[in-house]
Amino acid sequence: MAIDTKTLRRDYSKAPSCLKGVGVTRYFTTGKITTKAVDHVDFDFHEGELVSIVGESGSGKTTLSKMLLGLLKETDGKIYFQGKERDISSRAKKKEYWSGIQAIFQDPFSSFNTFNKIDTVLLDCINMRGGRNLSKEKKFEMMTEACSFVNLKFAELTNKYPFELSGGQMQRLMIARIFLLKPKILLADEPTSMIDACSRATILDMLLQLRDEIGMTVIFITHDIGLAYYISDSIYIMEHGKFVESGSADDVILNPKAPYTKRLISDVPKIHEAWDLSTVG
Amino acid sequence: MKNTIKQVFHSPKFVVGFVIIMAILLLTIIYPIFNPGDPLQSLFKGSDRGSFTPPGTYVSLYDAVTSFRANLDNNSDAYAARASVEISDDDWVLMVNWFTGMDIDISGLDRTDTDAVLKLWKENYSDSAKPKGMTKSARNSAKRLNESLSSLGSEPTLSVTSADESKKVKDINATDYVPVNRVASVVRLPLGTDTFGRDVLKELVSAIGTSLMIGLVAGVIATFIGLMLGLLSGYIGGFVDDLIMFVTNIFTVIPSFILLILINYSIGQEARGAMVVAVVIGLTSWTWTTRSVRSQVISLRNRDHVNLSKLSGHSLFRIIMTDILPYIMSYVVMAFILQISSAILSEAQLSLLGLGPSTTKTATLGLMMNWAMLYSAHLAGSWWAYFPVIGVIALISFSLNLMNTGLDQVFNPTLRD
Amino acid sequence: MSKTMLEVRSLTTKYVTRFHEDVYAVDHVSLKIEQGKSLGIAGESGCGKSTLALSLMGYYFAPLHYMSGDIIIDGKNISGMNPDDVRKSVLGTEIAYIPQAAMNALNPTRKIYKFIEDVILAHDPKANKKEIREMAEERFKLLGLPLEALDKHAVELSGGMKQRVVIAISTILKPKVLIADEPSSALDVTSQKMVIKMLRDMMDSGFIQAMIFITHELPLLYNVTDDIMVMYAGQIVERGTAKQMVFDPVHPYSKGLMNSILVPEEGTRDVKLTAIPGTPPNLKRPPAGCRFAERCPYAQPQCHYNQMPMIDFEDNRMYRCSMTVEELRETYRREAESKEA
Repeated sequence: MAIDTKTLRRDYSKAPSCLKGVGVTRYFTTGKITTKAVDHVDFDFHEGELVSIVGESGSGKTTLSKMLLGLLKETDGKIYFQGKERDISSRAKKKEYWSGIQAIFQDPFSSFNTFNKIDTVLLDCINMRGGRNLSKEKKFEMMTEACSFVNLKFAELTNKYPFELSGGQMQRLMIARIFLLKPKILLADEPTSMIDACSRATILDMLLQLRDEIGMTVIFITHDIGLAYYISDSIYIMEHGKFVESGSADDVILNPKAPYTKRLISDVPKIHEAWDLSTVG
Repeated sequence: MKNTIKQVFHSPKFVVGFVIIMAILLLTIIYPIFNPGDPLQSLFKGSDRGSFTPPGTYVSLYDAVTSFRANLDNNSDAYAARASVEISDDDWVLMVNWFTGMDIDISGLDRTDTDAVLKLWKENYSDSAKPKGMTKSARNSAKRLNESLSSLGSEPTLSVTSADESKKVKDINATDYVPVNRVASVVRLPLGTDTFGRDVLKELVSAIGTSLMIGLVAGVIATFIGLMLGLLSGYIGGFVDDLIMFVTNIFTVIPSFILLILINYSIGQEARGAMVVAVVIGLTSWTWTTRSVRSQVISLRNRDHVNLSKLSGHSLFRIIMTDILPYIMSYVVMAFILQISSAILSEAQLSLLGLGPSTTKTATLGLMMNWAMLYSAHLAGSWWAYFPVIGVIALISFSLNLMNTGLDQVFNPTLRD
Repeated sequence: MSKTMLEVRSLTTKYVTRFHEDVYAVDHVSLKIEQGKSLGIAGESGCGKSTLALSLMGYYFAPLHYMSGDIIIDGKNISGMNPDDVRKSVLGTEIAYIPQAAMNALNPTRKIYKFIEDVILAHDPKANKKEIREMAEERFKLLGLPLEALDKHAVELSGGMKQRVVIAISTILKPKVLIADEPSSALDVTSQKMVIKMLRDMMDSGFIQAMIFITHELPLLYNVTDDIMVMYAGQIVERGTAKQMVFDPVHPYSKGLMNSILVPEEGTRDVKLTAIPGTPPNLKRPPAGCRFAERCPYAQPQCHYNQMPMIDFEDNRMYRCSMTVEELRETYRREAESKEA
């Protein structure tokens, strides 16, 4: 179980645009106070690319991810999906958009409906891909295949409830779900932050494998700059609702230009370099 | 689901409450089978009203006179018992006043020792004596008491004749006894009658049934409205939320009991049946359910499984039914139980004010209280007309609340011991 | 040889669950910290590191129960003391404990200096309030905390400031040993750095004489503590200096843990991240043999039923495995070679 990242790393800047945003903005108003959660951000994610959005809590990365998913309306700005302006004005159009973009969330324990069996989650995916009328055997076969992709045995999982699984197993099942849905874009919102370091590699490995298998774009949202550097092709650094720096992973991490990025990197404890405690604010 | 129910029935509190409420329910179902008939049927004849009959077993005097009898001559207790019934509390006070006025030492006298009391009285009483501190009217009372007491020892034989005195039916001696089971007609009134001469126990059982029905109807209505508004307001949010919360807040700030009084008053005496009152109670008590369902839905709405369900393209209806409702169901069940309990209490309060169901066809717990109060049962010492009703109301709300506490402990692990 | 500040001998504690099952979360743990040293404890969630922190205080309350072993702070054995005495004469003065969510423990209706008053008055009811105030100000100045914070309520402070204030409060009586359980995990990296700097300063200036720092973040531990101990399923599996543990781990589990480190540094992208398959054992029914055997890539049949003792090797290093240090190092070297090839 090892990820060979060298072979995966390619330059995606020439690849066609998959998800593009211009001046995307979201304000929240409570009473007289308006919070700019996401403030006029521009981005361009290419096909097949693994992009990380790095930010600390409160930087607006979760709000942005909800807008990308179409779960939250943007106050201002335009989002282009595969070159065309995104239209999610009706339920049918939303459904169509969601066949192209899917998500894995941070907390596997709250990603499942505790009252439904695991089968329900996977069957939903088959139905969504238009497999509603397939035979029972065919569906079972598809679910088994998806589970074996993430090293789970469907025969052992069927008819179980989510709370009978461990966090790692649940998160792998979420990846199996993506395997069945085969979306164009996967938005992974801190998928490993609730998982132990030793199991983290497994999840990351599966995500990368899946990306190669179905050639999707992965938008990886995290606060862990070390993780972002390890996994991504390009990185967007977010602070107070704005992107302060973006570029290829090596450029951003090894030659940071924005003061915020510099501070962020210097504040993370390191192993090979000395961690300078004297620079504390 | 099955697991949850199993867990619920492992909670001792829930089980005790459940058993009590089921026992009460069974009573309302089974009792009418053994004691059929209209529970509001008066036992009095025609216009003969206005007295609470105490609990007891009533034998027909007519049948007792005509039935088989035995002469139990040697039963000396009979005399004492008769005498003790004869000396009432007021009489005893009078006697004590007499004795002390005459400077007679009664320190060793025991009231229950009827023989000794009567003996002392006979020795000392005289019409002409003027005890200190006694008014003339008190002396007259003492004279009357003396007359009635003097007849005690020498009970004459009573003669029963037909109404026109042409035919003598029977002589009755002081030593005559009748076996109760040989008397043809006996009426048992474990809780006596109310002022209309209705058997209180029978009335009570039917009132419990009606009150539970009122509680159930009001509870279903309140929970349904509260749940629907809470779901809509919490899940959809925005303008719908603002509107629903505006209405809810208005209903919350006006005390619902005042609302109840006003509505019930304006409906008018004629239209106010038991079910109308139940509906009115239900329509005024949904606010707290709405508020708490809303807050729970808001916190659920942001859970990832709801987002995931949206991403899977599920409809609003399906998300609410499968991803939201099961999570709040335990809470709703608990709210429902409390609604039943509070609806029963509301009905009782309203009825006590005379704004409850206005009908003479059915009884409710509140109406029974109202009747008992209207005819001053509490002043007349007729406890049987209202005390059992209070007991039943307390027992019902106790058991429902106990069930609720039990459920709370099952659904809310932090409360478990 | 400097003085031993904290010595723990074969400490065993257990949890009793609601269903009356015993969970042995700390199983025969022994450790030693010398004056002026800090020890880090690393491990995945559920390995018993937080339970160990709680157990070290010597103050037990349900569902945590003391089973056996000794806790000796600066020559004083506190393991047999009754809870009231521990609270009065050990907590705060000998040993202090900072849990992860410590910053949420501040009552929002009280001002910060009130908490300091509470702590001091609890140990010395006759203390003068004016002197307490002066002492609090002096301490805040020393620790580089703003004096205004003393007159503020908890809600007016940022998360990092709250956490530092809590640390200042809990060390106001100059405890000999400080146990910090993930004190910075809930904070952003900048606040984390401030908390760490403060802890290091306290160590350097002798405010506290020994520290146990518990976290799952290995790069952090590497930068904070002198020694690192790796815990797995309620047992210590390896101990060494921070440098040794990160760059030369011996136990297969430590090795796996160190291989999962991710830092934003040049070259780390090209290292292959490895995972340990499987999940930790259920501590209600711990395995008979080595607790790591089920997940260990080098496990021999006897590993599954033979208990492993702690083995000392080199200076101040120990590990718990059936393979010798040389065998393990050789295995790792060959693996690295085959990967590169």
